[in-house]
Amino acid sequence: MAVQTAAKKERAPFDYDRYLRPKKLPHIWCPGCGHGIVLKSLIRAIDASGLTKDQICMVSGIGCSSRTPGYVDFNTLHTLHGRSFAYATGVKLAKPELKVIVISGDGDALAIGGNHFIHTCRRNIDMTILVYSNFIYGMTGGQYSPTTPQGAIATTSRFGNIEPVFDCCDLAKAAGATFVARGTSYHCQDLEKTILEAIRHKGTSVVEIIDQCPTYYGRLNKLRSATEMMEKFEKNGTVSVKQVDKLPPEKVEGKLLRGILHRVERPEYCEEYDKLIQDAKGK
Amino acid sequence: MADKTKRLLQGNEACAEGALYAGCNFFAGYPITPSTEIGECLSVRLPKTGGKFIQMEDEIGAISAIIGASLAGSKSLTATSGPGFSLKQEGIGFACMTEVPCVIVNVMRGGPSTGFPTGPSQSDIMQAKWGAHGDHPAVVLTPSTVQEIFYETVRSFNLSEKYRTPVILLYDEIVGHMREPIVIPEEGEVEIVNRIKPTCPPEEYLPYDDSHEIAPLAAYGEGYRFHVTGLNHKPDGFPTNDPKLIEKENKRIIDKIENNKKQIWKNEAIDLDDATIGIFAYGSIARSARYAVNIMRDKDIKVGLLRPLTIWPFPEEAVSEMAEKVKVIIVPEMNLGQAVIEVERVAGGKCEVVGINRVDGDPIHPQQIIEVIEKYK
Repeated sequence: MAVQTAAKKERAPFDYDRYLRPKKLPHIWCPGCGHGIVLKSLIRAIDASGLTKDQICMVSGIGCSSRTPGYVDFNTLHTLHGRSFAYATGVKLAKPELKVIVISGDGDALAIGGNHFIHTCRRNIDMTILVYSNFIYGMTGGQYSPTTPQGAIATTSRFGNIEPVFDCCDLAKAAGATFVARGTSYHCQDLEKTILEAIRHKGTSVVEIIDQCPTYYGRLNKLRSATEMMEKFEKNGTVSVKQVDKLPPEKVEGKLLRGILHRVERPEYCEEYDKLIQDAKGK
Repeated sequence: MADKTKRLLQGNEACAEGALYAGCNFFAGYPITPSTEIGECLSVRLPKTGGKFIQMEDEIGAISAIIGASLAGSKSLTATSGPGFSLKQEGIGFACMTEVPCVIVNVMRGGPSTGFPTGPSQSDIMQAKWGAHGDHPAVVLTPSTVQEIFYETVRSFNLSEKYRTPVILLYDEIVGHMREPIVIPEEGEVEIVNRIKPTCPPEEYLPYDDSHEIAPLAAYGEGYRFHVTGLNHKPDGFPTNDPKLIEKENKRIIDKIENNKKQIWKNEAIDLDDATIGIFAYGSIARSARYAVNIMRDKDIKVGLLRPLTIWPFPEEAVSEMAEKVKVIIVPEMNLGQAVIEVERVAGGKCEVVGINRVDGDPIHPQQIIEVIEKYK
C-alpha cells in the first residue's frame, strides 16, 4: 500500500500550458482577482471532458472575465458587451459539432446582455455559460452591477446601493436553462467538477461563479484582502446544496446555494432544428 | 404563352432568392416592417436546403448571430428597417473591425424613430455610411427594381466575401414591396465569390495578415484556432496598444475598400453624353427620374440620369464627369438632403447642384422632377 501511495504522489503535475497561449500572458487581472482561479478550474474541466482544442469555441463579451478567450488555445471570439450569447448562438447553430463555452460577467450577462442571456436559456441551445460574478464592474473601475449587494459601496453608489440583486441561477432556471449551478473560486475543486458536469450536459448550462474583485469591490467596501473577501462571500456566504437540508435554518439564512441547483432533460435547439430540416426537405 | 422562366416576385422575396443564389446558408433576423418578408421567405427556403434560420430576441442579437455564423464558415444575412438598422450599428462596426463577411439589408422606411413604418424613405443614406462609431469602411448598394434587388443581393454577398467586410443592401419600401416579373438565372450564370481560406499550416496562420490585401479567413473548427476581437489587433488577431499598429489597422480596413472602389462602383448612365442637365437618383426615385428624362427627351430637352447602384464608396468619378458636362445636377431623394451633400462635394462648384426632397411618405413623382428641369432648360 505504501508503494502505491508514493506512486500517486509522483503523478506528473497538470500541464496547463497545453491549453494556454503562453505568449499572450501575463493576463490583465489584478493581484487577488478570482478569475485566474476560475480559469484553472475551467481548464481542468475541459481536460477531463476529453474534448479537443479544435472542438471548443470560446466566446465572450466585454469585461475582465471576457478577456479569458485571449489566453486559451481554442477557437476564440471576444465580442461586444452583453452580446456573447447571440454570437455564440450563431456559431453553434452554424456548426453544431463545436462545443461552445461562453465566458461572461455579472454586468455583461445580467445587465446589458440580459435579453440575450434569457433567450439563450429559453432555446436550450447546447452551450455552457459561465457567469463570473464579483458584484462590480471591474474593467470600468468599480460601478455597481446587478449583483452588487444592497447597501454596498461602488463608484456609482457612494451612498450605498439601493437596487435589489438579480439571482443569476433563479433567472437562468426560470428562463429555461436545463442545467443551473453555482460555484465559487474558493471551492475551486468543486467548481472544476461542476463545470465538467455543465460541459457534459446537453442543452444550455449556466454556472454562476462567485469570485472576488479586491481592487474595486474590496477597496470600496473596506474588505482588506482577497482572502477576506473569499471567506466572507464564498466560504461563509454559500452553503452546499448537499448540506443544506442537514443544517439548522440560522446557518442557511442569507446564504447562496452552491452546487448543481437544477438539472432536467429537454429537447436541445440544434437537434430540434435538424428535425425541422428533415421535415422541410420532405415538403 | 407565359414565359415560364419569369416569376412575379416582391422585392423582398427577390432579395431572399438572391441570397440563396449567392449561397447564403444562415439568416438571423427580427420582425420589422417593411423588411419582414425577407425573413419569412428564408424561414421556409433555408431549411429545405439544409440552411439555418433563426428569429432572434432582438435586432442586436440578429446581427451578432450572423457574425458568429460567418466565423463558423456560413454565408450569412440579416434584414431590417428603420430603428432596427440603428440597433445593428454596433454589430456592423464589429464586423468592419474584425473583417467578417456578412450582408445587412435595410429596407428604408420613414423616420426618425418609429416614424412612418409603412411608408417609403431614403433617409438612411448617411447612416449606412456613418452609423457605426469610429472610422470604418462602408460598402452600400442601392437597387431600383425587383430584378436588380436579386442581382445586387448576389453582388452584396460577393463583395462581402471578396473584401472580408459587411455589405449593406439599401433599398426603400417601394421597391421592397413592389411586385415585378423577374428572371432567376440558372446556376453558374452569375459568378459566385467565396472567401479565400488559408492553406498554410495552422501554426503559421495570421487571420489579419497584412502582407495580403485581404487575408484568408479560416472557419472555426477547421484546425485553425484563431482569435477574433473588436479591440484593435495585430496581424495575429490579438489586442494591441501600439499606436503604430492601431493606426495601420484603422487605415488598412478603409484602404482595402478605397483602393478597390473602381471594382466596387456600379452605375447606370442614361442619356448623359450630350446632357446639359443631369439628375443623380437612386432606388425607386431613379425610376421617377428616368420617366422624367424620357418625357423631357421627347421635348428635345437634353437631360441625363446618373443612377448609382453603389452609393458607398461614393461614385466620385462618375459624378465628377457629369459635373464637367452639365450646368446643373438635380438630386431628388426621399429625405431632407443626404446624397446631395456628396454630390455638392464632388461637383466642387463646377455646376449648380439642386435637391428635390420629400419626407411625407409619398414618392417623388416624375412631375416634381420635370418642374425643376423646366427651370433649367
